[in-house]
Order: sequence, then C-alpha cells, then structure tokens
Amino acid sequence: MHTSEFRPLDVERIRKDFPIFATEPPLAFLDNAASTQTARPVVDAMDAYYDTYRSNIHRGIYRISEQATEEYERARERVARLINAPRTRQVIFTRNTTESINLVAYSWGNQNIREGDEIVLTVMEHHSNLVPWQLLAQRTGATLRFLEITDEGLLDFTQFRDLLTEKTKLVAMGHVSNVLGTINPIQSVIEAAHAVGAKVVVDAAQSVPHFHVDVQQLDCDFLAFSGHKMCGPTGIGVLYGKLELLEEMPPFLGGGSMIRAVERDVSTYADLPAKFEAGTPSIAEAIGLGHAADYITHANLAAIHVHEQELLKYAHHRLKEIEGITIYGPSAPHQKAGVISFNIAGIHPHDIAGMLDMHGVAIRAGHHCAQPLMKRLDVIATARASFYLYNTVEDVDRLYEGLCRTQKLMTRRRR
Amino acid sequence: MNIYQEELLDHYENPSNYGTLPNPDISHEEDNPLCGDQIRMDLLVEDDKIKEVRFCGHGCTISLAAASMLTEEIEGKTLDEVKQLTKDDILEMVGIPLGPVRIKCALLALKVLKAGAYGINCWPGEEDE
Repeated sequence: MHTSEFRPLDVERIRKDFPIFATEPPLAFLDNAASTQTARPVVDAMDAYYDTYRSNIHRGIYRISEQATEEYERARERVARLINAPRTRQVIFTRNTTESINLVAYSWGNQNIREGDEIVLTVMEHHSNLVPWQLLAQRTGATLRFLEITDEGLLDFTQFRDLLTEKTKLVAMGHVSNVLGTINPIQSVIEAAHAVGAKVVVDAAQSVPHFHVDVQQLDCDFLAFSGHKMCGPTGIGVLYGKLELLEEMPPFLGGGSMIRAVERDVSTYADLPAKFEAGTPSIAEAIGLGHAADYITHANLAAIHVHEQELLKYAHHRLKEIEGITIYGPSAPHQKAGVISFNIAGIHPHDIAGMLDMHGVAIRAGHHCAQPLMKRLDVIATARASFYLYNTVEDVDRLYEGLCRTQKLMTRRRR
Repeated sequence: MNIYQEELLDHYENPSNYGTLPNPDISHEEDNPLCGDQIRMDLLVEDDKIKEVRFCGHGCTISLAAASMLTEEIEGKTLDEVKQLTKDDILEMVGIPLGPVRIKCALLALKVLKAGAYGINCWPGEEDE
C-alpha cells in the first residue's frame, strides 16, 4: 500500500458527509458494488461549478470559462494521482467503465485485432467487459477464449497459462468480481499476458474505489473505472491507457474538441486526451469525480480496505449461522473484496431483497450483469450485499436480522 | 401495507393448478429477462372455454402467487372473457402496491397466457405504447 502511516477509518465522521444516513434508524445501504452514495464535498464542488462558474470549457475567452477549464483539468490531475498515472493526459474522461471499455474495443480493437486472433476473458466478467469483446470478435473474426473458475470462485491459473499462446492479442479481466468479490491476481495475469505479447485491459470498476491501484506497478495497458462507484456522481468514468497505445489509436467518437483542423473531407485530430473527448463533456461530473478521488484518498484507501475486510469477515461469520445459506466466492478474506453473494434455500433472491427493503436494508438481487457466471454457479440469481467506507457492523447486524425474519416468514408453514 | 401479506404467501406456498397437462391445446412459456423468472402455462380448451389450466416455473413470491391466482380466475371462463383481463385486474388480485420492477413479476403469468392464447407478445398495459 502507498500510504506511509496507517490510521483506521473514522466511520462516524465519514457518515456525516452522507446526509442519506441521517434518518433514524439509518438506511443500511449495502448495494455499493452497484453504485455508492455521493459524498457531500463532491456535491459541494459540483454545486460550486453550477452556482458560480457554470460555462463551457476550452476556448472560452472569459474568466469563468477559464476557471471551468482549469477545474476540469485539475480533476484529471486528481484522478491521475489516484491511480499513479505517469502523465495526466493518459487519463481520458468517459461516461463510465462501459464506455471506457467500448472505446478500447472500437479504437484499439478495430486497428489491432484480426481474424484468427484470440481474446482471453474469464467466466466471471461483468457484461460490460464481455459484450464489447463479443462485438469486436464479430466484426473481426477473432475468437473469444474463456478462463474458467474453481468452485471457490478463483481463477484457474494453470488453465490460464494453457490459454495464452502467440494467437492471444488481448486479455480483458475484471480486477475484482462484482458478484463473487474475488480479487484476481491481476499483476501475475499481466506479466503472463505480456510474456506472449498480449495487451491487457483491466476492468477496475470494483477495485479502484476500494484499495490502492497503481497503474505503473501493475504495468496494465488499459484500465477502466467509474465515478459513481467511488462516492462520485453518475455519468463520469475513466479510461487510463499507456501513452504509446493511446497515441497510436484512432479516435472513437468524432465531433467538437477532438480535432486540430477540419477540412471538408478530412480532419486532423487533437492530441491526448482531447482526441478521445469529443463534444462537451460532463464538466460538473468530472469536477465531482476529481473531488471523489481526493475524498477516498484522504479517507485513506488502505484503511478503507481494512474496514471492508473486517465487515466482510463479520458478515461471513454471522450469515453462516443461517440455515440453508450458500455463500459464493472465496472463503479466504484476503482473496475477496467487500462483496458477499448468497442464496437461501427455498427463497427467491428477489423476495430476500424485497423483505430486507421493508426493514431499511438495501441489497441487490438478480444476475448482477454476469449471466455466464450465474450459469457457471448453476443459479438463476443471487442476493448480494456489498460494503463501502461508511458501512458499519450495525448494518451487517440489520442484514442478518432481516434475513432471519425473512426466513421465518417464508418457511414457517412448510412441512 | 405489508407486501408479503398472508394471501400472497399462501398462494406461493400452496399454489393452485401447479404442474403441467399431458396434452394441452395451448402451451406457452416465457421469462422475465430482468430477473430470470420463468413461467409455463398449459391450457385445455373445450367449446371455447378453459376447461383446465396448469402452470409451472420458477420465480419470486409475487410472480408465482400471481400465476396461481390467475389460474383460479380463468378456469371455466371463455377465451373471450379471458382476453379482456388487464394489468389492473391482476394488480387487484394481488391486492398490494407494487413498484415498477415488481409489477413485471406480477404480470408475467398474464403475459404468458396472452402470448400463448392470443399471440399478444407484449407486457400487459403496454399494448398501446
């Protein structure tokens, strides 16, 4: 971890930055893998833009437009610092992780992937890191190869080495599974992929918000994540890429801001990062994301990780007591992020989520945009609780109590 | 109001007309792609009347209870009468307020019925949209 001195989270103080928790009893919000709450300083920074210097960025020859441009670019610096990007221009603002991955699939993919090439994915990918590659394979005649998982939800690394050949041009993998919570050994994956000359796209939507991710240490080629899963607003995401790759890639979307000179039939394109940011971007959201990056850094990412590990251990310990429960994913906490997916025999996950809602506990139920993984686990859906820096042991207790009540209500008349 | 009230749970735990028919005149199955719930409905039709009906599948309390209630409602009715059933009829049967996501759970059985019997392939209530 990056930080020099470890200090535990002051959760009580943190919770004051989230007005949604001010009710009594407070909302037990356990759907953070889908989207987190937005921190007050983030909303304040966005409000300041709207209230005091609302204007378009770039080229504005007046004070508030210059200020907006400065703040937008400062947000890029804040994000670059968060992931330790060597250069600020390697941070491209997109709408979300999905758009970031699509950008790579269209721009880099169309240019570099040919018929007969292979793209290696895992069965645990979120649809956002699967469907763009299916589309690329259909456009180019490339083949998708899938890395399987063990029954514990860990990657089968022996199979991975067998899958990697000189045909492998790309490995696209989630850093942390949004369903199982599995923390994939992404550093080893990247080393092995590079050894056969393949590039690596890391879907970091579930990792960057929760522990320190250093793109230089990982040596990943591309990395994508979203603002709304890290105390930031919706509508803003990030693509990081290696400089030489981004510079060689053709534009993704065409339009304003991404050009240098436009003639009737041809154009030349702007330098990075503008080349990939066509049109007026989400200015307030980018500013908000910059502040969210600072917020979680200031809260201390190492402490956030430890806090979530403690909640996860406690949740495992309590939920295991429930009769008929199946918990998916690794049993060793160090291989797992703050995500706990489960089913209770005889109760549909939607009923679990519906009843918990009546007790002020918000969890998710469904296929979690990971249908191939649901098939591998041989389930239709799961219930999922996921933690973040503002969650407490009391939230886990209320989850446990809500589950007990649900089970009592749903099974009392069964023989 | 409790969305898991007694009647609903009764239907869920002891559904009416659960199962399949050996030689149905109409048999149709659909799923709700949002949650993976799946319902199949078999009908035996005589003189334009629904003589027997069975349903099977998997789903949450609301989708299975609504299916059970619907089969009770349509048995013995003519195909014309059944065709008139609307989204509101189902919601009245279920008898509890439902949010936009769970409404689809309640309507899945009617969707299966209408698609199977009349070839109407859209969610009840969205016919005009």
